[in-house]
Amino acid sequence: MSWLERIKKGPGTLKKDRTSTVPEGLWRKCPLCNAPLYRPELEKNADVCPKCDHHIRIGARRRLDIFLDTEGRQELAADVLPVDRLKFKDTKKYKDRLIAAQKETGEKDALIALRGSLKRLPLVATAFEFAFHGGSMGYAVGERFTRAAKVSLDEKIPFVCFSATGGARMQEALISLMQMAKTSAIIERLRLAGVPYISIMTDPVYGGVSASLAMLGDINIAEPNARAGFAGPNIIEQTIRQKLPPGFQRSEFLLEHGAIDMIVPRVEMRDTVARLLSNMTGRPLQEQVEITSPA
Amino acid sequence: MNLNYLDFEQPIADLEAKIEELQLVGNDNELNISDEINKLREKSRRLTETIYADLTPWQVVKVARHPQRPYALDYITRMFDEFDELHGDRHFGDDKAIVGGIARLNGKPVMVIGEEKGRGVTEKVYRNFGMPKPEGYRKALRLMEMAERFKMPVLTLIDTPGAYPGIDSEERGISESIARNLAVMSRLRTPIICTVIGEGSSGGAIAIGVGDILNMLQYSTYFVISPEGCANIIWKTIDKAPLAAEAMGVTSSKLKELGIVDETIPEPPGGAHRDLDAMVAILKNKLSAQVDQLAGIPIDELLAKRFDRLMSYGN
Repeated sequence: MSWLERIKKGPGTLKKDRTSTVPEGLWRKCPLCNAPLYRPELEKNADVCPKCDHHIRIGARRRLDIFLDTEGRQELAADVLPVDRLKFKDTKKYKDRLIAAQKETGEKDALIALRGSLKRLPLVATAFEFAFHGGSMGYAVGERFTRAAKVSLDEKIPFVCFSATGGARMQEALISLMQMAKTSAIIERLRLAGVPYISIMTDPVYGGVSASLAMLGDINIAEPNARAGFAGPNIIEQTIRQKLPPGFQRSEFLLEHGAIDMIVPRVEMRDTVARLLSNMTGRPLQEQVEITSPA
Repeated sequence: MNLNYLDFEQPIADLEAKIEELQLVGNDNELNISDEINKLREKSRRLTETIYADLTPWQVVKVARHPQRPYALDYITRMFDEFDELHGDRHFGDDKAIVGGIARLNGKPVMVIGEEKGRGVTEKVYRNFGMPKPEGYRKALRLMEMAERFKMPVLTLIDTPGAYPGIDSEERGISESIARNLAVMSRLRTPIICTVIGEGSSGGAIAIGVGDILNMLQYSTYFVISPEGCANIIWKTIDKAPLAAEAMGVTSSKLKELGIVDETIPEPPGGAHRDLDAMVAILKNKLSAQVDQLAGIPIDELLAKRFDRLMSYGN
């Protein structure tokens, strides 16, 4: 609190602040501007800092939760689990890394796929879980994505993907590289069948995912200030031995260079994507009715 | 140390040096030492076979990147009856890291597209060390779509340290250019045969690597991240690259075992660079046979197979 506010609010303000009885965990610091944020308020704002507009990273479940209608959700391809075909081992076994990631996130791998609706428009939506192994794409991510897209293709309902990833999963070596071809192939099927695919890039999107499913949307969208690119900034700096310009690979850069169609703030994502998809499919929208009291 | 030989080939290099020395002595003295030379040659051949029979994955990577390794143009200029190079992506420029054009393979028109690293400093710089930019992949796409229209099979030769990681690459959408190729190649209505001839590095390689048949030359390598890059991430030092190569399984034999690669094409003893003519003949025969084989399959059936194959990766 600034000295000016303190004066405005009168004496005693400072003291009250110091003896705050707010329970632990009700406040959170914005990772960018460090402003203390009241959690319930932050959540209502889709985890976007009301002070600096920073789009705080959120998990796949929450992402889909704030995007889809509350009713009629069905998880797809949840039975697809990661496979350690190479028995990859570095300082730790990949198998153990997977178990640790599963424990930490409560997810089996880094992609969640749901069939649901957006303002009553049926669709399939997928989201990357960045907390799971950096959202990296191995067999399970590629397979879940592909199976989910297949549902879109079969039912002729739009397909949406929120990506957040470091790229291909090194520990699955070439099998993960092949997921680039696999996911791109199914997207091409959607394209030929006239089924809309909207790709939404959220911070960050790099490597093998950027160079496949993320850039292939009929419409490519990015959240404000998200980073997306093929090579990471460190690699580029090492290669060209130059400092990168400010804002390099950020959403605004991507828009300026024609890689994406639009930058959409998280709180407007639902409305924007619904509007686009309604026009692309010729299907009407309907606001979901808030159910206030359970029967 | 002889720079033509890799570190693990030094015993061969030593023998070859001895042979050379003996030959000089023989020339001077008119002594008949040809028996001795022949014996040493035989020994050198057997030594090469022994060493190459048991290469570690990291050693294979070194052979794949050997400075004398045949590059795409070495094959293109020798393997075809005719070759007309086609330039440019029609949007921005002509990327010299990717060479493409219409060629004749045993009398049959094909579209050939290869990544070219360039030999010698000047040409390496000219070819950007075989690191394509978006316009390179878009040129490749243009040629592939042309091949579809004129019913030519597409042959790609993969050999790159990776797509170029630079500011201009990113500005012009390197990710999109790779992704677009993957998408289009999955359904291009003409046979596609892809061959890793040297180094198949990640997205830069697969961007011309989706097709009906994936070949790897015996001592070529294919990986999602370079062993150095992998080692740097895990062990924080590129010195552990041999371990990373081992862990990732970057060799033709391992990738065949995983079902990702269809055929490994044998190389002459000591690698393709030891006998370029023999290597060209082997590759030419193989590709000719594969072109004929794919020509016999109805295109819809071929496309269905290609798609099913793509969908099966990792299963």
